[in-house]
Amino acid sequence: MTADHHHPAELAPVEARIAAIESVLVEKGLLDTEAVDAIVRNFEDNLGPMNGAKVVARAWTDQAYKERLLADGTAAIRELGFEGPEGDYMVVVENTPEVHNLVVCTLCSCYPWPTLGLPPKWYKAPAYRSRAVREPRKLLAEMGTVIPDGVEIRVWDSSAEARYLVLPMRPDGTDQMTEEQLAGIVTRDSMIGVQRL
Amino acid sequence: MIGSLGTLSINGGMFRHSIERMDPAHYLSSPYFEHWLTGVTTLAVEAGAASVDELERRAGGRFPLSRPDRGLLPDDLTPRKEPRYAVGDEVRVREWHPPGHTRAPRYVQGKRGTIVRFDGAHNVSDIEAHGGGFVTDPVYSVRFASRELWGEAGTDGDVIHVDLFERYLEDSQ
Repeated sequence: MTADHHHPAELAPVEARIAAIESVLVEKGLLDTEAVDAIVRNFEDNLGPMNGAKVVARAWTDQAYKERLLADGTAAIRELGFEGPEGDYMVVVENTPEVHNLVVCTLCSCYPWPTLGLPPKWYKAPAYRSRAVREPRKLLAEMGTVIPDGVEIRVWDSSAEARYLVLPMRPDGTDQMTEEQLAGIVTRDSMIGVQRL
Repeated sequence: MIGSLGTLSINGGMFRHSIERMDPAHYLSSPYFEHWLTGVTTLAVEAGAASVDELERRAGGRFPLSRPDRGLLPDDLTPRKEPRYAVGDEVRVREWHPPGHTRAPRYVQGKRGTIVRFDGAHNVSDIEAHGGGFVTDPVYSVRFASRELWGEAGTDGDVIHVDLFERYLEDSQ
């Protein structure tokens, strides 16, 4: 920085900053707006927790599938057509009456895009990221999910390659429901582990 | 904008570190996608694809970027593939607090844990983030007791798993 280097005092609005860098990159041929639109469309149309819900519903209704899912999450999820960036190596962790699983990324916001889409705001917040490993039981209670004493909490910090999906317990009273109906009751939060169904 | 990262030869480690280099007050007070904006723009400026003056002129105001990269390339650049540890082995995470990018969270450095899963060999983020190219290392999921990490503030029975490169680990004594 030179002494006469002038910086405007007022912070440019974030929208103006986005437009500025975008226009520079497009002019230099470094950014293809059609490619960006295609990525955004893919997120809007094809990725989201409705995919993970289908995986869970299948596991609830097909014991052989559930065993494949827990043994090799990536391959079993691909069977249903879900794969891609941030889903290349999937690990599925099963909730049981003795164990409750919770997923976090303390270092940034790693999240399984093909099965859950983009992460919710709170998942990326420093408070969730730090407290999920430090005091998961208290954090879950504050989020409305009380984990009974005696149930072990297993936290998974996706700090490297693996992306995690929680397989929630199938709720009582759902014996008569079809696989499709079951998929309708599986929530995003239950597959992150901040909710019990 | 993420699409242009490949064109600028920017890998995931460099991108994540561009966000880690943000001024902490800016990081904590801005929403998630502003982190991406700040990181990508910083990398574009550092690659010579854009200048701060031009960006601020177009934006009509100040365009804060991340701080300069003071991270260092790690000394150990040897690629490894075969796992040294087996499931059930007790390990300790090395304690070295690198100034640059790492995937070893500070809260497990120096702590003892147990290997619960081997995830194959992957490119070491610490190396790719600092210009060392792609060097593989075995990755494990390591289980830590809540009490080991947090002492009195921990909870009996609860466990935390962290996925760690083999070069972050040493034999537990």
